[in-house]
Amino acid sequence: MAHADTHALHAADHHDDHKPHGIGRWLFATNHKDIGTMYMVFALIMFFIGGAMAMVIRLELFKPGMQFVDPGFYNSLVTSHALVMIFGAVMPAFVGLANWMIPLQIGAPDMALPRMNNYSFWILPFAFTLLLSSFFTAGGGPAGGWTLYPPLSLQAGDSFPLTIFAIHMMGASSIMGAINVIVTIMNMRAPGMTLLKLPLFCWTWLITAYLLIAVMPVLAGAVTMLLTDHYFGTSFFNPAGGGDPVMFQHIFWFFGHPEVYILILPAFGIVSEIIPTFSRKPLFGYDAMVYATASIAFLSFIVWAHHMFTVGMPLAGQMFFMMSTMLIAVPTGVKVFNWTTTMWKGSLSFEPPMLFALAFLFLFTIGGFSGLMLAIAPADYQYQDTYFVVAHFHYVLVPGAVFAIMAGVYYWLPKWTGHMYSMTLAKWHFWVSTISVNVLFFPQHFLGLAGMPRRIPDYNVQFTDWNMVSSIGGFVFGLSQLLFVAVIIQSARGGPKATAKVWDAEPLGLEWTVPSPAPYHSFSDAPEVH
Amino acid sequence: MSEPQASTKPGRHRGLIARLILFTAGSFAFGFALVPLYSVLCKVWETGNRWYGTQTARSDVIERPDVNRLVTIEFIANIPRAGDFEFAPTVTSMQVHPGKLYQTTFHAHNLTGTPVVAQAVPSIAPSSIAKYFRKTECFCFRPQSFATSETREMPLRFIVDAELPPDVDRITLAYSLFDKPQPANTP
Repeated sequence: MAHADTHALHAADHHDDHKPHGIGRWLFATNHKDIGTMYMVFALIMFFIGGAMAMVIRLELFKPGMQFVDPGFYNSLVTSHALVMIFGAVMPAFVGLANWMIPLQIGAPDMALPRMNNYSFWILPFAFTLLLSSFFTAGGGPAGGWTLYPPLSLQAGDSFPLTIFAIHMMGASSIMGAINVIVTIMNMRAPGMTLLKLPLFCWTWLITAYLLIAVMPVLAGAVTMLLTDHYFGTSFFNPAGGGDPVMFQHIFWFFGHPEVYILILPAFGIVSEIIPTFSRKPLFGYDAMVYATASIAFLSFIVWAHHMFTVGMPLAGQMFFMMSTMLIAVPTGVKVFNWTTTMWKGSLSFEPPMLFALAFLFLFTIGGFSGLMLAIAPADYQYQDTYFVVAHFHYVLVPGAVFAIMAGVYYWLPKWTGHMYSMTLAKWHFWVSTISVNVLFFPQHFLGLAGMPRRIPDYNVQFTDWNMVSSIGGFVFGLSQLLFVAVIIQSARGGPKATAKVWDAEPLGLEWTVPSPAPYHSFSDAPEVH
Repeated sequence: MSEPQASTKPGRHRGLIARLILFTAGSFAFGFALVPLYSVLCKVWETGNRWYGTQTARSDVIERPDVNRLVTIEFIANIPRAGDFEFAPTVTSMQVHPGKLYQTTFHAHNLTGTPVVAQAVPSIAPSSIAKYFRKTECFCFRPQSFATSETREMPLRFIVDAELPPDVDRITLAYSLFDKPQPANTP
């Protein structure tokens, strides 16, 4: 182990808090905590930009008929909402949490590659400026859906190259972030921290990082093929030249399904940290959790065609993808079982992080069940391209991934700012969000089963009632996120001092051994793990 | 900016980083390798555009008419870029006996105002029976050149294999007529 020389190097170090001042601190940041903060703030801004788009979408869908926006702009909103939320909000939030917490959890002084860390963050604002600026080009923003299926995506106006390059940049950022996470976890763990002592947040991130470097380059390849089809006369997807548009769907979803787990595995990690703390029991079945995560990651590579059952594929293919998809329910079931069993006979308390983690457990499971329904190929012929699909993936992404991020923020916020936040305000945020998110998305199951297609700005009058309910839920959910911002600002500005342990529990993990707020430079001397 | 804690000896991570970059490059290459792989799988499973089974002439055709069975063949013509062409089947449907050779034509009229090369791409429904629908002659086998304002009847000769599964009584054959893609910079 190289920790011996780390000790030697840092023997002369002071444990003081000197940090660079001014704008340079952020522009040239190499400190994992600063970069983590920037990622989190960026994700929050994107969450509100994507959320504003969702508000306009729900406003348009409040009543049948065209109300506020024209259909082309509506399609741009739907497309950009997805790209902004996936690549701008959820993924950067997870990378931000990784930046903040992985070094603290493994007892490392920083990420392994601080300079690259800076680049991978600063690419993002440029990527999203590019993407969002396409709204001001001739033809408006990208409107072919975030899945970019040709030939529709190739018929876009000037937004097309901007979208493609933005995706290339987001991909480059994610790949650099992933390489950084892998190198940090593999090379910089404190002495004694074997892989099977790694906190689960680190484990899930390690596996996520491998998924990222396995599939983000495939997406880069797919969008590059779109680009050359559009500008350089290739025929990857152009039938006239012997290409096949269906092939794009295969390549895209070969990326797309692992991407789905990139969006949820770190959430599993966060929940696996929080539930034991507030149950005051160690996590039930740690090893099973690790193996379940790895199994889910492996299975994610062999299920992609369940996103496209109706394109016309051999019966054997449909059977294979249906069965392999259902197999994912086994390791996911193991996880849900273990979280539930962790709480069994535990000494539970319901602070905001625990509330969000519990909501995650219930509501993500609902999303998982509708996923199982969609996995049944013959049933999928009815459900595909309806609001049932919209309800399904929003259940796994909003009260799934987003709630887990909020749980993580509420869990670690006092560690970042050094101040406790208002539990009352945070609980208000929790209850309003949880009720409204169900009012928002649950009726969409009914709409989908009744046959309302997705990606349309207008609908038949029979769908009016549930759309109104869903829109009301949407407005409340959107507004309630201002409470989240209020809690964060309040905690950043001041409040009761947080202790090193923060919570009235015995949270495990090295992050609770450093004071709150975590000093600018922590673990300059590697701790010993037993 | 000098960070007080350059915690890592230079080069300590180099090996792992090199392997991860190689892994990433491999993933990028794999994305492109999916293109030929897709063609191979389409051929193996006799499905999809990359199979070309409905776009190549079949010589393994034996006439064995099953006069007791009639199957309806419907013809559809699509023009993805409307306005350039008039394109339609001469007859919209035919009643055929499996195992017997038939001929029909599609009508095309070049309205672009310039000479043009077009390529028809077939699609068949239900897709699972594509391998039973055999063509001995089709305008879709090669690009078609049209002079300015030229009108042409384009032939199609086909046979529905007598082995066609008994539950199929209707087959839809659709053609999309595309401008033949030109290399970049040559309009």
